[in-house]
Amino acid sequence: MSFLRKTIPMLGALGRQHQHLKTVVGALPTSSRQYSSDPANDYANFPGAKAPFVSQLKLNLPEDYAPIPIYRVMDRDGFIADETQDPQLSREVVEKMFRDMLLLNTMDKILYESQRQGRISFYMTNFGEEASHIGSAAALEMRDLIYGQYREAGVLVWRGFRIDQFIDQCYGNVDDLGRGKQMPVHYGSRELNFVTISSPLSTQMPQAVGAAYAMKMKKGNDACVVCYFGEGAASEGDAHAAFNFAATLGCPVILFCRNNGFAISTPSHEQYKGDGIAGRGPMGYGIATIRVDGTDVFAVYNAMKMAREYVLKENKPVVFEALAYRVSHHSTSDDSTAYRSPEEIEVWNSVDNPISKLKRYMVHKGWFDEAEETAFIKDVRKKVLKQIAVSEKKLKPNWREMFEGVYAEMPEHLVEQRKELEKHLEAHKEHYPLKNFKQ
Amino acid sequence: MMLRSRLTQAAQAAQRAFSTSPKAMAAKQMTVRDALNSALDEELARDDRVFLLGEEVAQYDGAYKVSRGLWKKYGDKRIIDTPITEMGFAGIATGAAMAGLRPVCEFMTFNFAMQAIDHIINSAAKTFYMSAGAVNVPIVFRGPNGAASGVAAQHSQCFAAWYAHCPGLKVISPYDTEDARGLLKAAIRDPDPVVFLENELMYGTAFPVDDTITDKDFVVPIGKAKIMRPGKDITIVAHSKAVETSLLAAAELAKKGIEAEVINLRSIRPLDTATIFASVKKTHHLITVENGWPQHGVGAEICARIMEDQTFFELDAPVWRCAGVDVPMPYAKTLEAHALPRVPDLVEAALKVLGGKAGKAAAAAK
Repeated sequence: MSFLRKTIPMLGALGRQHQHLKTVVGALPTSSRQYSSDPANDYANFPGAKAPFVSQLKLNLPEDYAPIPIYRVMDRDGFIADETQDPQLSREVVEKMFRDMLLLNTMDKILYESQRQGRISFYMTNFGEEASHIGSAAALEMRDLIYGQYREAGVLVWRGFRIDQFIDQCYGNVDDLGRGKQMPVHYGSRELNFVTISSPLSTQMPQAVGAAYAMKMKKGNDACVVCYFGEGAASEGDAHAAFNFAATLGCPVILFCRNNGFAISTPSHEQYKGDGIAGRGPMGYGIATIRVDGTDVFAVYNAMKMAREYVLKENKPVVFEALAYRVSHHSTSDDSTAYRSPEEIEVWNSVDNPISKLKRYMVHKGWFDEAEETAFIKDVRKKVLKQIAVSEKKLKPNWREMFEGVYAEMPEHLVEQRKELEKHLEAHKEHYPLKNFKQ
Repeated sequence: MMLRSRLTQAAQAAQRAFSTSPKAMAAKQMTVRDALNSALDEELARDDRVFLLGEEVAQYDGAYKVSRGLWKKYGDKRIIDTPITEMGFAGIATGAAMAGLRPVCEFMTFNFAMQAIDHIINSAAKTFYMSAGAVNVPIVFRGPNGAASGVAAQHSQCFAAWYAHCPGLKVISPYDTEDARGLLKAAIRDPDPVVFLENELMYGTAFPVDDTITDKDFVVPIGKAKIMRPGKDITIVAHSKAVETSLLAAAELAKKGIEAEVINLRSIRPLDTATIFASVKKTHHLITVENGWPQHGVGAEICARIMEDQTFFELDAPVWRCAGVDVPMPYAKTLEAHALPRVPDLVEAALKVLGGKAGKAAAAAK
């Protein structure tokens, strides 16, 4: 952090002798590895890098390097280009994928409107990214731990988070697993191995790496961690730390970048100048890397299967970049037509939409029934609207819970504050909406 | 180095001079550094979920040798050298704690923890609350805090008030060997995130220890202060190295016939107001001593707590805060020495607070 950090030990308790000792120790090879160059073949063997010597001076320009290719299974029209890449999923699994994507999409539309009507304070939709959620979640095991950023509701849908659980969280009522302590969409579920969403950007990244390290320490570990983040979040210092630690500590973590082109209003071409997030993996951090079409649910699924197998077998991380387009506004605090055209959004919402793509695939397979889809959407709409009416009327958690969860054991001053509030509310109950809270 | 050894000598002399209990006569001595080292060693042995990570903590034994010998004993998996990324390893430690391990995260100094403060406050301190009790974060963030010597403003500051401001954290500021051993062990065993503020200048100071303190199950309760020296005329409340200054000042005051009661806070959050209030009820006078800045400081908090309590009516004079000068720490040696509360400052403060009573006490002493 500071140039002074090396001088402090000198002023410290052990004085100069130890500093000398360190210099001496540092100069000796710490392992059997020998760092010496071989003049015969012009190959350099510095401790910092091993590479050939050249006598031609040259700047290595970004354009000298080919971009990492984007893996896809389906084309725009839902045809599989290379049959060997067909994941051969059963009709049942493909239908669950499709329905989960539709459910997410339908629920998002209604909850977005419910924020617009002032019923909830905030919401974030997942339009255009449904395939990366469902495709990745389907390739994982329930024991794999998820660290989300905030736009991964599809992963929860796949894992079985129910409509009432989503909506109770958004309404912060008595049945919210988060006890009304977080903003809407900050879901969390211990049962579904999904760590509660935290607002500050990118903090989940080094934490996910730490969790993966903890898993690796367990005997016979057969689970990995998946950490979702946006391409904007990857500009935070935390992202660098997460990448570097995941690599140097050898952690079974899939660093899943949802590159949806926008960080709120900042387009990706202003976010970075390199080859996306994937470009940082192999050369930058020495991490195995996959880049996929994030609108192709099968591409995400296949790549995720491979990534999971690799991280568990090798105890090494994978950088996973799913390229898509954020059809959604960033959140209900944003109107994205201020920085991009409705025409552009429309292309991604129709031709390149992940749900339409899977639908076309299902049509070719003869697995698609228009009437069934309409009925399913109608049913979800009904369920969501009904649940909103129910969740809205549910009581808020007991106000006493406000003092709980600060410490494992409530300290005396909080016990006293709670007592004071109890007395105050007892004396002035007519001024407070106590009937809205669970007693 | 000169300044350093003089301070150490003074501390040791002070300790010898003050201690009248048989404990002080015991031959066994232990430095604060060895107290921390042995506490870490015992807790690593006791619970295999405990691990230490930080810069240079493994092969180099820690920048201040607090982790000496631990890497050799516990290996790469339990004692981990990290790259120079505070926010990285603080985040990783927080994540590991969320996943059920019990990390001890060493900051080479707490100045560098500023890089990682988001993980400490927004994640470690609040996750238990924000997850509605689903995820707790049993972690210890530790390292030297406060002014060292000759390392200027960006490396000489006390973070006690900063962290103590935040609900969800427990903040500990040990003074001597007993505190360091007992409180570090308690912190590692605690289910909540703990910020453990050591003092570099105390690492080399040895204090007498008995079998109780060296017992492998010796823990000091978090949130309880310790009366270092009883007295009836004035209460001096301090934490960390300022306890040493306070004990030296109490010895000076004793020469004037004034019996000062010195309280070592040990924990900043939770703050042991009961011990402070009980002492003030007895002495009716109070000064607070800290090496941090005055505004919104530990002393300011103590004043506020007294104002809000019946204890206010026990005071015969206003409380006086002795704190670091309200400037970034000067680099010049002489200025640095004067930027922190010194023994004469404390004596002067005590005499002012006592007013006429000081004169009476002096007369009585003669």
